[in-house]
Amino acid sequence: MALTGLEIYKQLPKTNCKDCGFPTCLAFAMKMATGQVALEKCPHVTAEAKAALESASRPPIQLVTIGTNENEIKIGNETQLYRHEERFHRPAAVAVRISDTLDEAAIAKRAEAVGRLAFERVGTKIKVNLVAVCNESGDAARFEKAAALSAEKSGLACLLMSATAGNLEKAAAALPAKRPLLYISDPLQAEAAAKVAKDNDCPLAVRADGVEAFAELTPKLGSAGVDQLVLDPGTRDLKSTLEALTLIRRLALKGFRPVGYPAIAFTTAKDLTMQAIEASTFIAKYAAVLVTDAIEPWQMLPVLTTRQDIYIDPQKPVAVEPKLNAIGEVTDSSPVLVTTNFSLSYYSVEGEVEASRMPAYILSVDTEGTSVLTAWASDKFNAETITEAMKKSAVEEKVSHRQLVIPGFVAVLSAGIEDESGWSVQVGPKEASGIPSYLKKQWKVQDTAN
Amino acid sequence: MTIPDTQEKWSGQITTVTIGATKAEGGTRGRSVAIGGQSGIVFLSFDGETPHPPTIALDVLDKQPTDWPQPLEEVYGDVWSDPAAWAGRAKELGADLINFRLVSTHPDEGDCPPEQAAATVQAVLQAVDLPLIIWGCDVPEKDQKLMPKVAEAAQGENCLLGAVSEDEYRTLSAAAQAYGHKLIALSPCDINKAKQVNILVSDMGYPIEDIIIYPSTASLGYGMEYIYSILERGRLAALSGDRLMAQPVLLDVGLEAWRAKEARSGDEVADVWGPAAERGPAWEAVTATDLLQGGADLLIMRHPKAMQAVRNAVGQLVG
Repeated sequence: MALTGLEIYKQLPKTNCKDCGFPTCLAFAMKMATGQVALEKCPHVTAEAKAALESASRPPIQLVTIGTNENEIKIGNETQLYRHEERFHRPAAVAVRISDTLDEAAIAKRAEAVGRLAFERVGTKIKVNLVAVCNESGDAARFEKAAALSAEKSGLACLLMSATAGNLEKAAAALPAKRPLLYISDPLQAEAAAKVAKDNDCPLAVRADGVEAFAELTPKLGSAGVDQLVLDPGTRDLKSTLEALTLIRRLALKGFRPVGYPAIAFTTAKDLTMQAIEASTFIAKYAAVLVTDAIEPWQMLPVLTTRQDIYIDPQKPVAVEPKLNAIGEVTDSSPVLVTTNFSLSYYSVEGEVEASRMPAYILSVDTEGTSVLTAWASDKFNAETITEAMKKSAVEEKVSHRQLVIPGFVAVLSAGIEDESGWSVQVGPKEASGIPSYLKKQWKVQDTAN
Repeated sequence: MTIPDTQEKWSGQITTVTIGATKAEGGTRGRSVAIGGQSGIVFLSFDGETPHPPTIALDVLDKQPTDWPQPLEEVYGDVWSDPAAWAGRAKELGADLINFRLVSTHPDEGDCPPEQAAATVQAVLQAVDLPLIIWGCDVPEKDQKLMPKVAEAAQGENCLLGAVSEDEYRTLSAAAQAYGHKLIALSPCDINKAKQVNILVSDMGYPIEDIIIYPSTASLGYGMEYIYSILERGRLAALSGDRLMAQPVLLDVGLEAWRAKEARSGDEVADVWGPAAERGPAWEAVTATDLLQGGADLLIMRHPKAMQAVRNAVGQLVG
């Protein structure tokens, strides 16, 4: 059972020394209660207090670190079943499989392709995080070689998968200080693999078929000093994997410690589109590590976009880059519409302008990602900010007219913008859906050279 | 160590809505389609029942589209100048329902008169025996004249008509009630509005159990997560007993997914994003299956390959 901030506070030194990075012991206690900071951050806590707080100091789902330096990715620490309750915190690590049965040239080629699976979306780079090397050959030397080659050619951190602890040991040794995630597929070798993980300071993924099996296994590994664990519920099809991932998340959030670790899921479909569907479904529903054969960019683009969408903080609006956007074959007499840089506002306007099939400029003003009315109310969308955005974008060099269309909800800004910018203002529709008919029926160039 | 009970005890259930009427039911459809009826979180058999798995309508326009990208043109290009032939193609491809949009009735798209549009609806009804979803042009003044004619022309066929909203609900709900059709209630990305529309429409005497919620839709990568969370919140409210949120949900996946540049760009971006023929359908399919995890019952889609993939996934998920 999680402790409240005040219960934690009682156990702290109450000196407000700030060594933990928080202004007061109470502030630290409050953060700890929500699982956002660990007790280790307090250098002065007594051993008794530590013991008393042990259960509360660990979040319901363990934080696990894979890889090092620029390849480091942390998973786990999730606190919710539904993203709207707060948010999902740590985006799933996506891994693409490479078999060690391939010849060296094929491994190198595939690893390079995995390393290239990265895209730019809304100003953010989204990418595959891990190369998953499978010891399908069963041979230790082959596995070791494939691991080293895959790591080198992909430039990514590794997931090393084998049924044999001894082979994991060889491969892990081939990647010193790279902190690969080790995966042991044979439950009977889990304890031997835990020793390998401990000796090489690596996180370990273990397979157990069912919650009861985890209840037996993970406390054993924990008392052997291995708590950087990832759980494979052993399911391999869409339905039972979705159900197993959900069950693990529900149990972990109820404080059931044996499954209080991030979970790993595998796509198994042969059809390439189905692989993308399985991967995206598992990412939406609680997989912290996703292993797949999907190596085509058209498969990975929707998978990584799903991850990006699902892990967006619902309390933080998503912003697009504030700039002047040309939609269609614009000319110097095309209309100029202004909106905020809140992604939904912008995309609604963009979608309707596209639908109108009338080329136009859309100026997105930096309102820190807030919507038209919110930005107007907080004075981020006003005559000054709009005029400044117009100047910055050099819109006056793009069009020969001097007319700006503003959202209908902020008609009140008209006079101010006209004074500030010297442009004339036309009040557009309140909702983006009115844009096509507005552009066709009402918008007219009034003062252009032609 | 005892394992805690994770069984949720839901008190509510999604209503079941049937679209289409067979001969026995007073229409001419080959079969009717039931949607909704869930009693737990979607696709979790330990949580509740899914009596009617999510179902798919293929999109048909009454006018040849000018902005549908290549992968869609390849499927429909030879029939899309004729709505009845297009609907026939959708049936051949395996659609559960036909989603028919009266685009040409829009004042900017030809301003087709209501009588003519009603005749087109009848032609489509005669060409295929699938249940029909019918949309006006979303211009209130026009739809007020159009939709009563359409509703009358399709009398007895138990169609699903779209869409009533907070501001525009009187004419359409009266027409739907008079001629025996189901109603789509639009509430863009807003649960309170969804409830409000349901109240307004049922205050008119229209039965609330014949309404389908349409919370608007966003593509993967373009606000999909907003809709996803609206769906989850709506489902949780419904399962917790909120009767105003218990209606099945419709999503317009095809339109939104194919608006995204990731789906519609051609092979000029193949180096970075892969071939358009695979990429577009995959984008539509993943948008659909992601949103299905939020909780939805009826999807409007466009590409047959995407439809088949989604149906395959749904088949596995309901087991």
